[in-house]
Amino acid sequence: MKFLRDTWLIFARQMQLLLRNPVWVFVGVFQPVMYLLLFAPLLKPALSPLGVTSDAEAYRVFVPGLLVLLAIFGGLFQGFGLIAELRAGVIERSRVTPVSRFALLLGRSLRDVVSLIAQAGIITILALFFDLRVFIGDLLLAYLMLALIALMTSAVSYGVALAVKSEDALAPLMNTVAQPVLLLSGILLPLQFAPGWLEDVAKWNPFSWAVDGTRALFAGDIGNDRVWQGLLIVAVLTVLAVWWAAREFARSVR
Amino acid sequence: MIIETSGLRKSFRSRQGREKKTVEAVRGVDLRVDEGEIFGFLGPNGAGKTTTLRMLATLIVPDGGAATVAGVDLMRDPGEVRRRIGYVAQGGSTWDDSTAREELVLQARLYGIGKSVALERAARALDAFQLSEYADRKCKTYSGGQRRRVDIALGIIHEPRVVFLDEPTTGLDPQSRAHMWDEIRRLRTEGMTVFITTHYLEEADALCDRIAIMDNGEVVAEGTPAALKREISHDVITVGLNGATAEAATLLDSVTFVSRLEKLDTGDGLRLFVEDGATAMPQVLRELERNGVTLKSIELHRPSLDDVFLTKTGRSLREK
Ligand SMILES: Nc1ncnc2c1ncn2[C@@H]1O[C@H](COP(=O)(O)OP(=O)(O)OP(=O)(O)O)[C@@H](O)[C@H]1O
Ligand SMILES: [Mg+2]
Repeated sequence: MKFLRDTWLIFARQMQLLLRNPVWVFVGVFQPVMYLLLFAPLLKPALSPLGVTSDAEAYRVFVPGLLVLLAIFGGLFQGFGLIAELRAGVIERSRVTPVSRFALLLGRSLRDVVSLIAQAGIITILALFFDLRVFIGDLLLAYLMLALIALMTSAVSYGVALAVKSEDALAPLMNTVAQPVLLLSGILLPLQFAPGWLEDVAKWNPFSWAVDGTRALFAGDIGNDRVWQGLLIVAVLTVLAVWWAAREFARSVR
Repeated sequence: MIIETSGLRKSFRSRQGREKKTVEAVRGVDLRVDEGEIFGFLGPNGAGKTTTLRMLATLIVPDGGAATVAGVDLMRDPGEVRRRIGYVAQGGSTWDDSTAREELVLQARLYGIGKSVALERAARALDAFQLSEYADRKCKTYSGGQRRRVDIALGIIHEPRVVFLDEPTTGLDPQSRAHMWDEIRRLRTEGMTVFITTHYLEEADALCDRIAIMDNGEVVAEGTPAALKREISHDVITVGLNGATAEAATLLDSVTFVSRLEKLDTGDGLRLFVEDGATAMPQVLRELERNGVTLKSIELHRPSLDDVFLTKTGRSLREK
């Protein structure tokens, strides 16, 4: 129970600090809304070769992709905040207490998950105005997928941040990871457009499975194999990422 | 004995461009710290003070050697050591956007203390460190001295048996430093053992019950400041004379408390080595006057910890 209590303590503090910073909250909501309003209108014509004829259909393809995108990027760049904490001595101060090292990681990652789900909720509600329709059960499962992705990517980012200890190293590393992940996941446009070789390469990208699964859920196709496959792949990777990053918390020097 | 170490070692590998270098930060440190004392670690930059402290505080794993801290084996049960100690890092530990009260309550709770007790303790610590006035302001609005006091309060909020303070007074003005000394002494009266590092000679001298002088990863001397100074040299009285040097030398050589005497190279004075300069000085004056020798000047030099450092390492700690 100590572990749960520790996790709650770290999470509550992180949440409090996050909400204290209204600029962040504003940016976190503003950016996805811009995507929704300014990028999505391009979609219907672009997706017409796939048989998309209405706004609703276009949003059903685009919104899940956008949400996965936010989950990946939101997570991957959390490490910067941790480096600031390292520099301020906050991490070292926590590490001399008996607090669980898993809690140090999970408390932070859970804050990232909560803020992502809040963003996702706002976007989903807005999309309803553009005639997006999705069953609540499917939606909750899709949010579970997003939560796992955010947990995984933020854990990876924290682990890398503790290992490299400098923004100058973290930024290019995270960009290098994010770019192929993004391009090979069919996030912005479905990979149905892709030539065969590209589709084969994308099969090795776990996020491509996650995007397919999330899209299936938004399409109301919960029985689609991609749903459980995507969830399973993401869950396994999340466990590995959390385990590794918590170890970094336990052994990080300075 | 609340802290005991033997042969504690740590080296770091660092890369400079292509070249890999090994820095032996701590090379076999043996220490004994008694319960309830203020123990000081004195040494220049890079001596290995912080590295030793971080090992004792379980933040880095030693390469070799052994240590017990607050009755617990450091290698075998670092988790239990953590529960019994407090540690205040050299570089500070507060977050810009938090308030002192929030930080204190969180820190107490991370040690397993319940919410209401944590709130009480925080209020008491804020009071004791004269921080109540700013308690609910963000840490980024504090002065350096106020912020340092928050650091120390964070380190002792769970009432540990031993607290490690890494350079608690660096960057403070003389008045804040004196305040900090009082606060550290207060911790001692509460029964806490305080282990501090410093590169201020005066601080080691005035504040610490016992000190260890560290240089280049090794402890070169250990003891009470008074004993260390006594061990290396006597008090030295230098008398300046207008001639009659030989006569004065014969006179003073026969005085019992002068253990050694030498003529200055310049030929216009003497150097007397005595046990206690403060009582010897008036007697020297009287002796010379009685025999009609006129004095040009007289000066007393008592050994400082810097002399101890100089004797042990061949270098001076005081930057000139
Ligand atoms: N993480 C590290 N990686 C590489 N070298 C290190 C590391 N930490 C310390 N060192 C080196 O070990 C030596 C001892 O450093 P340490 O910080 O213990 O000195 P210090 O006595 O605390 O000095 P100061 O008075 O400047 O704080 C230094 O040469 C330092 O460069
Ligand atoms: Mg230091």
